Amino acid sequence: MIELNKDNFEEEVLKAEGPVLVDYWGPTCEPCKALMPHVHALAEKYGDKVKFASLDITKARRLAIKQKVLGLPAIIIYKDGQEVERLSESQATAEAVEEMVKKYI
Amino acid sequence: MTDIYDVVIIGQGPAGLAAGLYASRSRLKTLIVEKEKAGGQIVTTDEVANYPGSIENATGPSLIKRMVEQAKEFGAEMKLDTIKEVELEGKIKILKGEKDEYKAKTVIIATGAQPRKIGCPGEAELTGRGVSYCATCDAAFFEDMEVFVVGGGDAAVEEAMYLTKFARKVTLIHRRDQLRAAKSIQEKAFANEKMHFMWNTVVKEIRGDGIVESMLVENVKTGEVTEIVADEEDGTFGIFVFVGFQPNTKLFEGIINMENGYIVTDQDMRTNIPGVFAAGDCRAKSLRQVVTATADGAIAATQAEKYIEENFSE
Repeated sequence: MIELNKDNFEEEVLKAEGPVLVDYWGPTCEPCKALMPHVHALAEKYGDKVKFASLDITKARRLAIKQKVLGLPAIIIYKDGQEVERLSESQATAEAVEEMVKKYI
Repeated sequence: MTDIYDVVIIGQGPAGLAAGLYASRSRLKTLIVEKEKAGGQIVTTDEVANYPGSIENATGPSLIKRMVEQAKEFGAEMKLDTIKEVELEGKIKILKGEKDEYKAKTVIIATGAQPRKIGCPGEAELTGRGVSYCATCDAAFFEDMEVFVVGGGDAAVEEAMYLTKFARKVTLIHRRDQLRAAKSIQEKAFANEKMHFMWNTVVKEIRGDGIVESMLVENVKTGEVTEIVADEEDGTFGIFVFVGFQPNTKLFEGIINMENGYIVTDQDMRTNIPGVFAAGDCRAKSLRQVVTATADGAIAATQAEKYIEENFSE
């Protein structure tokens, strides 16, 4: 999984071709931490077809807000730099994320 | 699959973990099934100051971590699965999960509760986009911004206080003219310079294009409706909702006796079905705290043991 920050977000997500999954999380977000290993497992499984990345929002708060993310966890799929689907807060379960990823492979 | 557990506990929050600890310590074959993540609602709490004997600076996650260790030490099994269907009437209870099927002599329901929603237009669409039910998850977004907290109970006031560490201004919106929260918490809140209060007020609508930009609030005494608009520079504000809880008991509707969705038990945690017990926030009771959840769990496990002795001994 690629660790995103203010400097590489544009290059890795907005200018990327094909589907990119971004896992928005924060160090005090317990549901995020519970979800994270499942997302890593999905990255192992589908990583050759979808690019997996994560962003710690405490290091790029303005960037997250600009992406209209104001709640965690948020799992967003971008395609050719455009947001196409997202799961946030209680919707973001391991099963739901896998279902979403499958649509873009 | 031929395994029959003595006790299957549904839910891995404080009630389920306490039941698991007591049951496994009594050498009962014990399984705790959790659908999502260990801990229940308490894991999103930053400070647990009212659980007697807990370590200094205990947080929800640290408390749960220890409870999980304790239950495991005594031999409780834990599994991630979502129970979809239950057959509780027979002598052997059957729980059908997404992944597996479980058989048990007794069942302890510790499925807890989840935050209730305001139920106004815009709330669902803007969840995760400014509307939040978890302060520890989302406080960091609102550093030096404005946030509103809806509610007047312990959770609302405590979470509002937590948010003052991040936001420049925290306004509590409450439908009554006084708080329901414990007096000690209220005193702290009234003394905090960042805290503001809007009394007799309810949220009617939340608006915004992709993120929260404004909301309509109504004064319930005068009927006056006001629009609160985000500061131009911020472009948004946070709305944290703590307006009570909804029990996770849908699975048992029509099977177990309930009262407003909460499972009714006697003082020994027995439901109307022999061998089926309930513990913690999903149960009809007057105080929903970690301390009462763990107490319920201990009682339920002890009663389950008694039930097994009476009904299954050769």
